[in-house]
Amino acid sequence: MTTTHPPLHGTGETTPTAPGRRRPARGTEPHARRSPALGQSRLARVLALAALLLFASTWLLPLGWGVLTALKSEQDASDPEHWLWPRSGFTLDRFSEVISRGDLPLWMFNSFAVATAVTVLTVAVSAMAGYAFSRTLFRGRRVLFALTVAAVLVPPQLLIVPWFRQMITLGIADTYAAVILPQTVAPVMVFILKKHFDSLPRELEEAARIDGAGHWRVFWSVLLPLSRPMLAAVAVFVFIGAWNNFLWPFVSTSDPNLMTLPVGITAVKNAYGVQYAQTMATAMLAALPLVLVFLFFQRQIVKSVATTGLGGQ
Amino acid sequence: MSSPPASARTGSRPARRTLPPGLLFALPFLVLFGLFMVWPMAQGLWMSLTDASLSAHDPSFIGLDNFREALGDEEMWRSLGHTLLFTLFSTVPLVAVALGMALLVHTGLPGQWVWRLAFFAPYLLPVGVVSLLWLWLYQPDLGLYNHLLGAVGLDGVAWLSDESVAMWAIVLATLWWTVGFNFLLYLAALQAIPDHLYEAAAIDGAGAWRRLWSITLPQLSRMTGVITVLQILASLKVFDQVYLLTKGGPNNSTRPVIEYLYDVGFTGYRLGYASAISYLFFALVLLASAAQFAVLRRREKQS
Repeated sequence: MTTTHPPLHGTGETTPTAPGRRRPARGTEPHARRSPALGQSRLARVLALAALLLFASTWLLPLGWGVLTALKSEQDASDPEHWLWPRSGFTLDRFSEVISRGDLPLWMFNSFAVATAVTVLTVAVSAMAGYAFSRTLFRGRRVLFALTVAAVLVPPQLLIVPWFRQMITLGIADTYAAVILPQTVAPVMVFILKKHFDSLPRELEEAARIDGAGHWRVFWSVLLPLSRPMLAAVAVFVFIGAWNNFLWPFVSTSDPNLMTLPVGITAVKNAYGVQYAQTMATAMLAALPLVLVFLFFQRQIVKSVATTGLGGQ
Repeated sequence: MSSPPASARTGSRPARRTLPPGLLFALPFLVLFGLFMVWPMAQGLWMSLTDASLSAHDPSFIGLDNFREALGDEEMWRSLGHTLLFTLFSTVPLVAVALGMALLVHTGLPGQWVWRLAFFAPYLLPVGVVSLLWLWLYQPDLGLYNHLLGAVGLDGVAWLSDESVAMWAIVLATLWWTVGFNFLLYLAALQAIPDHLYEAAAIDGAGAWRRLWSITLPQLSRMTGVITVLQILASLKVFDQVYLLTKGGPNNSTRPVIEYLYDVGFTGYRLGYASAISYLFFALVLLASAAQFAVLRRREKQS
C-alpha cells in the first residue's frame, strides 16, 4: 500500500463524475477546449499562465535535480562550490554502473512479477465477487456484502503484525506467495465492480438467458466484454498500488532475491549512502518504468484514477 | 464435497446439495477475504488480549492489560499526536494546492499534457524513489534547497535533523509526491460542470472572478468534501515516507503511530501490545470515518 491514497469509502451514491457511461470524463481529452470559466480577459490568461509555469517548474525541479546529479561524477556531485554545472562534464557512467551491478533489474523483475500477479488475481477474484453480489441470489449474500463494504475501512498497515505470524503458520514466510496473497484482498474493488455491474442494463443477458446461457456464460461473454474500460481502470489502479507498495513487501521479505523495487532501492541507500550520483542514477532508473507507462497511456491512467480513486463514489 | 449422511438430508430439498452458483462466484474472493482479512483481524484482536511476542514462549491471556498500558503510554500518545499533526498539516495544502492547480489547468491554456505530467508524475514514483530524492534535496551541505537558499543569501536549514523543521519538511515532500492525485480528481469534477451554467452567467454579464465564486466553487463543493475525507483517511495512515526520510526522528519527534506499533511489534517483539495499539488506532479511523460520513450526508441533504 502506498501511504498516499488507498481508494476508499463507498457511501452508495453516484456523483456526476462517477464512471458513468453516459457522461465520459472529458478530462481524458488531450486538449481541453478553452474553459468558459476564464473568459476572454488577456490579463487573466497571462496571470494564469505565469502561475502555472511557477507551479510546474517547482514540481519538476526535484526530478530535474535528480537527473542532473545522476549525470555527474561522484566528485562533482559532492562539490559544494560548483553545485550546478559539473567541472568534468556530464557522463552516463553512473547509469551503466548501476545497471551492471545487476540488482536493479532483479528488483524491477520482482516488482513486475508481484504487481502482475496481484493485478490478475485481484481483478479476476473481485470481478467474480462483484458479479455474485450484483446478479445472483444466495443465502448470506447481504451479510457478506455488508462485511465487504465495512472492510474497506480497515487500514492494511494494521494487519502487518497478524499477517507476519500468519505467513509463518502457513509455511510461506519469505516467498513470493507471502508478498502477493495478502495484497489480493481488495474489498473496495469488489464494491466498485458490483456497483458497475449494477449499472449495466439487464436486457442483453436476459436475451442470453432465454438462449439457455448459464451464469458463467452471461458473466464471461456478456458482462465482461461490456466492462472492459472499467476492468482496465481497476487493473491500472491495482497495478500502480502493488508496484509502489512498500510496507508489506518490506516486512514480509528478508531474502534479497525477493526484494521489490521500493524495498531494494532503500536497502541500497544504506549500503551506498555517500555515493550521491550513483544513488540518484538508481532512483531515476527506478522511476522510469511507471513514468514511461504514463507517457504512453496518459489518457487511460487519468481516467482510471478519476473513476477508481474515488472508490466508486 | 463429500455427501452428507442420508439422515441429515431428509429436511432439505435435493437441489441444495450443490453450492448455489452465486456463492461459487463469490467463493475465491471470500476465501482470500477470510484468510487474509477476517482471520488476521480476529487474530489481532485475540493477540491484543495476550502477552504474545516474537520470542518462543506461549502467549498467555492477560485481559485488557495491553489496552490499559497503551492508554497510559506517553510514547503512544506522542506518536498519535504526530500522526494527527501530520494529518492536519498535510490535508490543508493537499486539498488547496490541488484545487489551485486544477483551476489553472482547466483554463485551457496550451500545453495540457505537460501540466498534467508535471503535477501527476510524482504520484507514480515508488516511495523509495521519493525518499532517496528528497534526502538528497534536503542534504544540508550539498542538497539543492540549501544551495538555492544560499544563492539568495539565506542560511541553510537542517531540514530533517532539526526538530522544529522536520515535520514540515516531510509535509512538503508529501505534498510534492501525492498532490497530483487530488489534482486529477478536481480536474475531472471541473470538466463535469455543465456549460450552460457559465453561458447563463455570461449573458447576465458576470465576470471571470464572479463566475469562479458563484458557479465553479459551489459546483465543486461536493468533490471538495469527498477529497478532504479521502485525504484525511490517507494521511492518518502515514508511515512510509516518514520512516524512510527520518526514521521517525530526530529524537522521535516525527514518529507516527504506525511506526510506533511497528517498533513495538518488530523491534520490541511485543506483538500483543502492538495489536492493542493497532486496535486503538483502528477505533480512531472508524471514528473519523463516521464523523465524515455524517458531515457528507448532511451536506447532501442541504443541496
